[in-house]
Amino acid sequence: MNVPTMADMMAQGKQPEVLFWVGAAGSYDDRAKKISRAFVKILHQANVDFAVLGTEESSTGDAAKRAGNEFLFQMQAMMNIEVLNGYEIKKIVTCDPHSFNTLKNEYPGLGGKYEVFHHTQFIQNLISEGRLKIDDTTLKGKRVTFHDPCYLGRANDVYESPRNLIKRLGVNLTEMKRHKSTALCCGAGGAQMFKDAEKGDKEINVLRTEDALETKPNIIATGCPYCNTMMTDGIKFKEKESEVLVKDIAELIAEANNL
Amino acid sequence: MQYLPNIFFALALALGLGFFAMNIRKLSRNIKLGKDVNRKDRKSERLKNMMMIALGQSKMVKRPFSGFLHIIVYVGFIIINIEVLEIIIDGLFGTHRVFQGLLGDGFYGFLIGTFEVLAALVFVAVVIFWLRRNVSNIKRFLSKEMKGWPKNDGNNILYFEMVLMTLFLVMNAADPIFQQAGIGNPISQFIVPLFDGFSPEAIHMIERSAWWVHILGILVFLNYLYYSKHLHILLAFPNTYFANLNPKGQFNNLESVTNEVKLMMDPDADPYAMPAEGAEETVPEKFGASDVTDLNWVQLLNAYTCTECGRCTSSCPANLTGKELSPRKIMMDTRDRIEEVGRNIDANKGTFVDDGKQLLNDYISPEELWACTSCNACVEECPVNIDPLSIILDMRRYLVMEESAAPQELNMMMTNIENNGAPWQYNQQDRLNWVNEE
Repeated sequence: MNVPTMADMMAQGKQPEVLFWVGAAGSYDDRAKKISRAFVKILHQANVDFAVLGTEESSTGDAAKRAGNEFLFQMQAMMNIEVLNGYEIKKIVTCDPHSFNTLKNEYPGLGGKYEVFHHTQFIQNLISEGRLKIDDTTLKGKRVTFHDPCYLGRANDVYESPRNLIKRLGVNLTEMKRHKSTALCCGAGGAQMFKDAEKGDKEINVLRTEDALETKPNIIATGCPYCNTMMTDGIKFKEKESEVLVKDIAELIAEANNL
Repeated sequence: MQYLPNIFFALALALGLGFFAMNIRKLSRNIKLGKDVNRKDRKSERLKNMMMIALGQSKMVKRPFSGFLHIIVYVGFIIINIEVLEIIIDGLFGTHRVFQGLLGDGFYGFLIGTFEVLAALVFVAVVIFWLRRNVSNIKRFLSKEMKGWPKNDGNNILYFEMVLMTLFLVMNAADPIFQQAGIGNPISQFIVPLFDGFSPEAIHMIERSAWWVHILGILVFLNYLYYSKHLHILLAFPNTYFANLNPKGQFNNLESVTNEVKLMMDPDADPYAMPAEGAEETVPEKFGASDVTDLNWVQLLNAYTCTECGRCTSSCPANLTGKELSPRKIMMDTRDRIEEVGRNIDANKGTFVDDGKQLLNDYISPEELWACTSCNACVEECPVNIDPLSIILDMRRYLVMEESAAPQELNMMMTNIENNGAPWQYNQQDRLNWVNEE
């Protein structure tokens, strides 16, 4: 798979159209790596001239900031901004709503001003520019429900671009009772991903999985690698792995287009 | 002698308003104990928010049933208060229904008729609210933090409103001249038969008593506000005006940290440099919040504005799954503590004397703070744009940066970010391996 780095680009004196910010999950987590690869396939199909930072990419500091470690966050942010500004990056796309939120909202105040897109927004633009088509026959008739990531939805009011893409797949989009601004968190945000939950009577991801299962879906679509992990675990807990798939929208598009 | 009631009325009015003004000054002093935060920008957006959310109740109706009932009580409250103006003029100058002469029978009848219908609707809505709080099994009214005073406070407000609305209608019903005119009595005419066989003097007594208890009740209610969650009827307006306008996911970058990080990363900085003149005397700024005075004034205004409806808590994923965290409790604790600090200042001639307590631990436990997923559901739900999440984050900042008291797993996550740029322990050099793993 051809994934050029900014260093390669620089050596050839080229500036890509967009930087793909892969994020820690997309780089290291086995499940999330598949999302990164699916998205790259889509970028290739649409002939998007992109690059990644590769080993020069580092944590955005999102999890550290939400855990309360503003020092670590700002150190990470300033290091990343130095790299990004060094490469004169103007446009960034990422599959991770947490990176999306941090890069878009929290980096500008520290000197990192970029146009930042969530991959669902970016793919939607590719479609409206006529650079990409989604085959609406492959997944036709499947029942799909979409779990809104908090850091895409409530945090940044992006509700429509993931839904528009799902509708283009030719599937039946069925909404959960709690959706869009009232969507329930998957339980991973605010650095919860990296710790056990406090004492309670239930895991949040199980409650959210129950919301999803009420819609009797074939597929639970997500737009966040952390939500993906939480929902996948929830489905396993409910012993529904054989009936219900958890997939990122990028994976569904790659599958629909036989990439 | 004939001026005695007027003098008594003027005194009662002055006392009621004066005591209220005194408490408002205290309230404003307490809010100003918070740190500064700039909310003077983007005035037109702020005004629009206030008009839509506070005046227009746009977020209330997201839960249609309680939202609809609330609009009845809200509209009723505002419109019926026009009548209070007449009562005040009558009380001060010894007139009776002064607006009737000024406005003419037709318009006056229309006004009072409208008030009567609203009063009846408010009464019904308030009864339903009472049933929801006390009979229906609505979880958000039964939470732990709603025991004792908060529960009584909620009911007291409803009783106040029931009594005030009843008095208004009785006052009209026991006014024979008003009833004979037959204008503006669509509801009170049905109360009149209750007084059948009463002497004119007795009916006049009832009318005067209802009139007096009604206006005195309003003055008492006005002064009850400061001690009650009901302050929202006033503070919802400034609270929505000064609320955060940035995307909800954007958390502020601490400036004090920025300065230190810049210094750390500056290759030209001399680590052995003498501190600047006078630097020793300046106390380094505390990171995050352990007490209410570490919060900003908007967060304190939020606490006074909270009416404890619990929509935040009923949408909080941590609370829904049985964790200790309740965003409403965060706001209630903040208010209780700032009140305690305020009383301390009053008792010690204007200065705060350390009482060995703080918001952290004495009111809000780390367990509550660490249960938050920062999902913004509470912020989204609040009908008056209160932001409990910002307080949770500021207190986490204190725990981590001042006390190094994060849960062990989070410390490991942060160490990993520091060492290898990812929350997990992977080699930075393997960051691009995903490309060739198919």
